[in-house]
This record gives sequence, structure tokens and C-alpha cells, in this order.
Amino acid sequence: MSEYLSVLIFAVTGAAIVLFTFFISKLIRPHNPYPEKGVTYECAEDAIGDSWIRFNPRFYIFALIFVIFDVEVIFLFPWAVAFGELGLFALVEMVIFILILFFGLFYAWKKGVLKWV
Amino acid sequence: MSDNLGNLELIHVFYWLKELLLSTGLGEPYVTIVSYVVLGAVTFGVLALLALFLVWWERKIAAHIQQRFGPMRTGWHGWYQTIMDAVKLLQKEDVRVDKRDKFVFFWAPVVCFVAAFLAYVVMPFGNQLIVADLSIGILYVLAVTTFTVISLLMAGWGSNNKYALLGGMRSAAQVVSYEVPMVAAILTVIVYVGSLSMVDIVEAQSGLFINWFIFKLPFGPIAFIVYIIAATAEANRVPFDIPEAEQELVAGFNIEYSGMKFAMFFLAEFVNMFTVSAIAVTLFFGGWNGVFLPSWVWFLGKTFLVVLLLMMFRWTYPRLRVDQLMEFAWKFLVPLAFANLILGSIMKYLGWYW
Repeated sequence: MSEYLSVLIFAVTGAAIVLFTFFISKLIRPHNPYPEKGVTYECAEDAIGDSWIRFNPRFYIFALIFVIFDVEVIFLFPWAVAFGELGLFALVEMVIFILILFFGLFYAWKKGVLKWV
Repeated sequence: MSDNLGNLELIHVFYWLKELLLSTGLGEPYVTIVSYVVLGAVTFGVLALLALFLVWWERKIAAHIQQRFGPMRTGWHGWYQTIMDAVKLLQKEDVRVDKRDKFVFFWAPVVCFVAAFLAYVVMPFGNQLIVADLSIGILYVLAVTTFTVISLLMAGWGSNNKYALLGGMRSAAQVVSYEVPMVAAILTVIVYVGSLSMVDIVEAQSGLFINWFIFKLPFGPIAFIVYIIAATAEANRVPFDIPEAEQELVAGFNIEYSGMKFAMFFLAEFVNMFTVSAIAVTLFFGGWNGVFLPSWVWFLGKTFLVVLLLMMFRWTYPRLRVDQLMEFAWKFLVPLAFANLILGSIMKYLGWYW
């Protein structure tokens, strides 16, 4: 388990070093805010409204297809590791599995989901 | 095979430090923690130096591709230009937008850097020169580097700026799409290794260069090309840099950041570029395997060659549009990568490789 401890320690160390550089920079940098500096940057135009708004659902559909494929990949990882011992049965199974998923991708493709606009 | 003279000295220094700590009477768990903290700090130092060098190198390559000189004023061919840039960024005022989400805005650069940094826990820099040889190696790298997307979304959302939000959303859609072919290309290698550990992957390629997976796999070059395209997209580099497309989104997700926070995004971008190149070397070019020179020299040399490839992509190809980008991922790369995986595993079963 001590190997996995290194991951935690690296995360904490990395964050600490980044925060430390922020702190060093805070000590030596000037601090002179005035209202114009805090305005949202939009190429010299005044921003109209917030940007916390509803967004294009295209991203949502791509995310949905991604989730399906990502779950497939999670199944593929143990299969790939144990492939040497499993033999023909696992190979046929996995080819069928991938083909079923590609049937889904093909369906989405024909439905026009993969077009951007 | 490889002469690991340089490595053993580095490792001996590490063990000597550990012995020194143990002799002061600290308990074993504390010594382990302290040694990992030291390793983390050393890794950070190495990465910071690498990023400084890569920024300078990229500017020189860009300049020479465009028939310019690039930085020339600071030292020999401007060698300490990026060091001066870092010093300048350290003293820059932190201009913050008023309407930001304070918590998310502050933590986005930290998450971005830590996500890039964590991949180096399992990076095999040389023979035995690895922080921890986790048995889930490559899966772990994929898992932690994906956190970069979350940080870009955090930056986009926290800035409350439409350009930043668009950049964050585009980056999420893009990284998510290119993750799938990238994993399929990696799996093609895993089928032949039978282990996820980075050390096992490198050791499976020991011997002559003919054993490197790019040559050993039945369709090794295809797997490598799919990987390098997807990795370029993962690292948000041109021609896949629509999250920060300068001409349309000004700077994308990091538009409202300045000073050290911007520097952290920049550092993380270059660390990520080095990560994807190092993984390409580990998977396809035999990692630290090589003759005569110490193994870490081989690893760094090969990685710099792949980085050079990514830089030449950046300065010679035009940027893709969003729709072209997504269609290329889903309609070309995903089918190609999975077809390659199926063919590769069939040939592995039949034994049609050496």
C-alpha cells in the first residue's frame, strides 16, 4: 500500500509548491486594483449579462456517447491484461462486444448526432 | 543491456538520504513520507527546468521554421530568456475579474498543475529510476491526466467570461472525444504486454530496437499515429488547440488569469506535452532501453525527439474547425483505433508476430 501513499503525497506536495509560489509572488508583486481592472474582458466591449448561462446541448450528446465508450474501455483493460491466458473464447466475446457498440455508434452516425451543427 | 551507471548513483544518493533519516531515530512510516516529499520536490524541480527549456526550445523552433531568430538578446541564443520570463511573471500584479467565482477561480490553476504533476509518480525515467511502480501504471496516468479537463472547465466557469467558458467547453468536448482512440491505441500495446505496469511495458521491449512495439506490433505504426494524434489533442496543442484559439477566443480558458496563476497553466501545458511524449516513448519506442549510454539519457533523448515532432506539428499545420475536429475523432480515429485493436489481438492469438 505504501506505493499508493506516494500518489497522495505527490498530490499534496504539488499543491503545496504551487500555493507556495503564489505566496512568494504575493510578497513581491504590486497590488493596485481599480474598478476598470475588474471588468470582464471582452475585447473592449462591455459584457452583456453573465456568462453563467445555458449551453449548447451538442456537448451533452458527445459526452453521452463518450460515457458509453469509456465504460467499454473499462471492460477492455482487464481483458487486455489477461488476454494471453484467456485464449479464443475471450477474443470472440470481445469482438462481439466491440461490434455491438460500433453498431450503436453507426446508428448515432446515421441519425446525424455526430454532426456538429 | 543498458548501462545504468548514472542511475545507480542517483539511486544511491536517495538510499543514503533514507539511511541518514533512519539513523536520526525517526520511525519507518515517517521516513517513507519524508522521502516521498523529497522525491516530489525533486520531480517538481526537474519538471520546472524541463518546462523552461521546452518553452525556449519551442520559441527557437518556431522562429527558425518561420525564418526568424527568436530570442537572441539574453545570453547565448537567448538561453535564459524563459528564466527572465518566469521572474517577470512572479512579480506581475494579480488582476482579478470582479464577477468571478472566487473558490473555483483560485483552485483551477492548482488542480491543473497537480493533475499534470501526478502522472510523474509512475514515469519510468530510467532503469529503476521510478518513484513508485504501481501495478495499474498506464491506467493511473490516464486517470489523473484527465483531471486537466476538470481544471480547464473550472477556469472557464470560474472566470465568468464568455470566451473562457467557450474555451473550457470546447476543451471538455475535445479531450473527451480523443480519449477513446487514445485508450484503444494504448490497449493494443497492453494486449501484447499483459500488464499495466510501466516497468513491465518497458521491459517487454528490452533488447534490440527491433523489439520496440512500434516495430514489433503487427500494425505498430498505425497504433502510434493514432496515439500521437489523440495525444496532441489531449495536450490541447495545435492543430487541436481550439480551447485557446488565439484568433477567435483571444486566449480561451486562461483569458482572465494573470501573473503566477497564468504561469501555472502555462507550466502545466508544457508538462502535459512532455507527459504525452514520455508515454509515447514508453509504449512504442522502448522507454529507457538503449546501448552504451545511461538509461535516463536514452529516455530523455527519445522523449525530446517526440516533443520535437509535436512542436513541428504546431508550427506547420493550420488549426482545425470544431466540427472537423469532432468528426475526425468519431468517424475516423475511433473506428481505426478499434479495428487496429481487434486485428492486433487476433494476430496475437494466432502468434503472427516476433
